Amino acid sequence: MNYDIVIELTYLLSAVLFVVGLKRLQSPATARAGNALASLAMLVAIVATLIDTQILSWTGILAGVVIGGLIGGIAARRVEMTDMPQLVGILNGSGGGASALVAIAEFVANPAIGAGTTGVTIMLGTLIGAVTFTGSFVAFAKLQGIMTGNPITFPAQNWVNLAIFVGVLFLGAAALGLAGLGAEPLTLFTIFLAGALVLGVLIVIPIGGADMPVVISLLNSYSGLAASAAGFVIGNMVLIISGALVGASGLILTQLMCKGMNRSLANVAFGGFGGGAGVDRAQIGKRPVKSADAEAVAAELGYVNSVVVVPGYGLAVAQAQHELRKVGDLLVARGVDVRYAIHPVAGRMPGHMNVLLAEADVSYDKLFDLDEINDDFGSTDAVLIVGANDVVNPAARDPGSIIAGMPILDVDRARRVIVMKRSLSPGFAGIDNDLFYMDNTLMFFGDAKESMSELVREVRELA
Amino acid sequence: MGELMIGLYVFVLATLAGREVITKVPPTLHTPLMSGANAISGISIVGAIVVAAGAEGTTQTALGIAAIAMATINVIGGFMVTDRMLSMFKKR
Repeated sequence: MNYDIVIELTYLLSAVLFVVGLKRLQSPATARAGNALASLAMLVAIVATLIDTQILSWTGILAGVVIGGLIGGIAARRVEMTDMPQLVGILNGSGGGASALVAIAEFVANPAIGAGTTGVTIMLGTLIGAVTFTGSFVAFAKLQGIMTGNPITFPAQNWVNLAIFVGVLFLGAAALGLAGLGAEPLTLFTIFLAGALVLGVLIVIPIGGADMPVVISLLNSYSGLAASAAGFVIGNMVLIISGALVGASGLILTQLMCKGMNRSLANVAFGGFGGGAGVDRAQIGKRPVKSADAEAVAAELGYVNSVVVVPGYGLAVAQAQHELRKVGDLLVARGVDVRYAIHPVAGRMPGHMNVLLAEADVSYDKLFDLDEINDDFGSTDAVLIVGANDVVNPAARDPGSIIAGMPILDVDRARRVIVMKRSLSPGFAGIDNDLFYMDNTLMFFGDAKESMSELVREVRELA
Repeated sequence: MGELMIGLYVFVLATLAGREVITKVPPTLHTPLMSGANAISGISIVGAIVVAAGAEGTTQTALGIAAIAMATINVIGGFMVTDRMLSMFKKR
């Protein structure tokens, strides 16, 4: 058999393993094996490439692998589950950056490539990869608190971005010799690259903190598309296939996140949402509420049949997931049915809360998404909301509200609602939450972790 | 049929296959899905190796090595953290 065919068949095997590996992610029971299968697929593709490629010097390749492996390995081992969105942000960025570098190197090797297929795919790969790279690092900086999580906006922002985008496309075309600017292709390409890098920054800065799940998902999709583009550049099918899989995955998650907020992608990307524009902030939190201490809350939770816990980003910030699980365990030991209701956009990335609760050893069959649990709130005795706000705001049912139509967890239908929160301050949407002032609501003020520890003690003391 | 067209067919069909497979991933696994998919996008390491192996001149070599390092961060970091997360999902 022809040697090339063996290599191609090995790549095909790798592509099949990627698909099968992803398929196993359809159940928590098989997901770990699926991930192992995908890692195997990667190894197969890498080995095939190493055999197939005439490698003159191993030093550089090994240096790259060792440096990258150490950084990636240490980050993966050390990262806190609460910081997962940041890590995924960095990983997206480095994946996009790697794809961009592949395209860039191909251009540098032959700047007079012209506007053929390879030339065009080089430009696409560079553009998508570069945008993913800087965009991801801005997302990281926002999530990590290095820069403000609020939207950064300036006048005519979308027009400026559009102008830069058109300029970048024009420079890309010029670098391929489609427009005579009288400059060297390599010079034009360098400006093109710089423009693409700036564009990545500008696209992400107007997007606020709680919209990060959308941004992370979208950049995830881009990192896949960048890999696909790199595949077109070097004519490698396994890159095209794997990139397409990731592109599809990111896009699906992006759509789900937008649906979870009832907003279009355009609204998230260009809206500069957040910070409560047009809301009279002075009126927020001025109405009387009923508050309760840990002892009273323990009594509300300990003597009923069913409790649903609604975790939000505040749980992650306070790192209160372990204490929450202890409360859950104590309640279960008392015969209470305890379940967890997770809104699609709770936290800073898709599935963020599920990972936190899994880390705290909550059984995954107790985690329910919005569609699964929303009808049950009417027959729930008590709901415990930990650090969530907008996703339980009944204002979403009011057509006049800025969050109108957003799917919410119908916690107000439960007999008793307990809100664990620092203060009455508004959530990301910047609007007041009527839930806090309802007759069946008790506010349990304080830091989620401290409050939860007190709650552990008080539930233990219940008769 | 040129290589570009074949590539396009493959790209479109792989996207559809990905859509079918990934739509069925439950929301509870969306974070590991994302980090796992992320690791898969590190497949550009294959392109990086090709570039680094055939590099002529310092610029290209440097670009190739940087590409390998970044793709490896993606691959190793992505698969390892996904495994770490998935090991936490237990049914009791």
